[in-house]
Amino acid sequence: MKETGADKIFNIINITLLTIVLITVLYPLIYVVSASISDPILVNQGKMWLLPKGITFEGYRRVFQYEEIWTGYRNTLFYTLLGTAINLFMTLTCAYPLSRKDFYGRNLFTALFTFTMFFSGGLIPTYLIIKKLGMINTIWTMMIPNAVAMWNIIITRTYFQNNIPTELQEAAMIDGCSTTRQFFSVVLPLSTPIIAVMALFYGVGHWNAFFNALIYLRDRNLYPLQLILREILIQQQMSAQMMMSGEDVEAMAVQAKIADIIKYAVMIVATLPVLAVYPLLQKYFVQGIMVGAIKG
Amino acid sequence: MAVNSSIATGTKYDTNISKIISKKILPNWELYLFIIPSLIYFIVFHYAPMYGVQIAFKDFIASKGIWGSPWVGFEHFQRFFNSYYFWMLIKNTVGINLYSLAVGFPVPIILALMLNEAKDDLFKRTVQTVTYAPHFISTVVMVGMIIAFLSPSTGIVNKLIKALGGEPIAFMQEPQWFKTIYVFSGVWQDAGWGSIIYLAALAGIDPQLHEAAIMDGATRIQRIWHINIPGILPTVVILLILRTGSIMNIGFEKVFLMQNPLNMDTSDVISTYVYRSGLIQSQYSFSAAVGLFNSIINFDLLVLINSIARRVSETSLW
Repeated sequence: MKETGADKIFNIINITLLTIVLITVLYPLIYVVSASISDPILVNQGKMWLLPKGITFEGYRRVFQYEEIWTGYRNTLFYTLLGTAINLFMTLTCAYPLSRKDFYGRNLFTALFTFTMFFSGGLIPTYLIIKKLGMINTIWTMMIPNAVAMWNIIITRTYFQNNIPTELQEAAMIDGCSTTRQFFSVVLPLSTPIIAVMALFYGVGHWNAFFNALIYLRDRNLYPLQLILREILIQQQMSAQMMMSGEDVEAMAVQAKIADIIKYAVMIVATLPVLAVYPLLQKYFVQGIMVGAIKG
Repeated sequence: MAVNSSIATGTKYDTNISKIISKKILPNWELYLFIIPSLIYFIVFHYAPMYGVQIAFKDFIASKGIWGSPWVGFEHFQRFFNSYYFWMLIKNTVGINLYSLAVGFPVPIILALMLNEAKDDLFKRTVQTVTYAPHFISTVVMVGMIIAFLSPSTGIVNKLIKALGGEPIAFMQEPQWFKTIYVFSGVWQDAGWGSIIYLAALAGIDPQLHEAAIMDGATRIQRIWHINIPGILPTVVILLILRTGSIMNIGFEKVFLMQNPLNMDTSDVISTYVYRSGLIQSQYSFSAAVGLFNSIINFDLLVLINSIARRVSETSLW
């Protein structure tokens, strides 16, 4: 087919605009990476614009020397792994009955759960419940109060309805499969894409979570990475351990410079694990959103 | 209504409870076992707090518990409505939301329409991969980036302003910048991610419509206007309802992290106020009243907007 002149102009404008979008999104990301390995003096003077200048790994060295970062990392890793496992268990076991047309009371359950998406008791009553359950300052506040999200149940339910043929389940039933067997031997093996999507969604949520920790945790040893990051990046507090420069005379001036490079390094260290798994799972989550979106 | 029809299909409406149990529930008992954990979860963590909301109408005394504390009626609500903060909080909460709705809602749609027209597959995928990525950056890191980039002395943005001959601006300290920073950093972070859903809707449009339009000599722009946009309209409406339905619900996290004593005038919103008055100052009852007020307005808005959408475009949530 021949393109008309107007179409060609349209194409050029479109590609130009998309390129601008691409650069706008990409530039800050590259800048953070470059700044984290550049000489902080050059960064502060504004001499580093895109590629790293005066490469140094001092920022990373200090970040890795800082014990609380490691504790935070360890805690976050634990919350993410166990929390996601709980999320997946709850989401899959809840979405499966809701996907079955022969599940009596299905609409009642759906309505009951969906209502919570639009109305909530609010922060204070929730806080008092969690306090009453004795979960304040325990690791469980990082996992149980967000054990499942209705939005994800809906997406998973829709996936089950549209991608697992009812005939297959009926055949399994005729062969003497119990409901539980059907779920584990027929439904779950066919659901890898949606399980991957949910694992990614919940996993990223846990990795980035700080709100529950802020409200419910007092003990620093339980702090997730994000709370430690908040002190460094936003409250601008850095421990002596991190800032220790050795030479007392120039200590002040050096510290100010070091502070910035530590911040950029810490951003990378905290984000890298998520960005590392993201390309591997990209095709799954795009698929998952589409499944949930169009037919939801 | 769809809700009732599926229960009623095929069977006469069964009023005999033992019959329902033996014919419909018992054969599927395992499914009920499956759903029990979630049922307990929603009751304990969502419905119990709704019940506990009565604390807003009481004077909470910790030693007496929620049930034993005395009723005070609407006292806390009145105190909130009459307080100096009331209009400021409403103005900020609604203002930030409307601003981010006006800017943040159309951008993913436009981005999806543009990506849909990009015929070079590698280029298209590159743009997609890059624009989705910021969605995965945590709010803490995101706000850390904002602070670092906007710093008056060392931030790249002010370096650029100075290079162009301007005066550096202390963005985070000046209240009038707060909303703009909040909204545009949000667009940067989530526009790509938001476009996925529209790309999915665009992929669902029947290609024959486009073929027919090309035969009739339609240009690209005409096809976008007459085929693509109407094609994604139902999706747009649903998302718009969901979005406007939470107009009083500005996300706590990012506002809270971006707040500092100097920008409070424009950055304090209802959720951060609830956090401060409730958990920091321990005024449980008062804070719960403020939170309840917010939830009710929000829910009413959702119902209202949903009914408008149903009338205007025949698309609605329920």
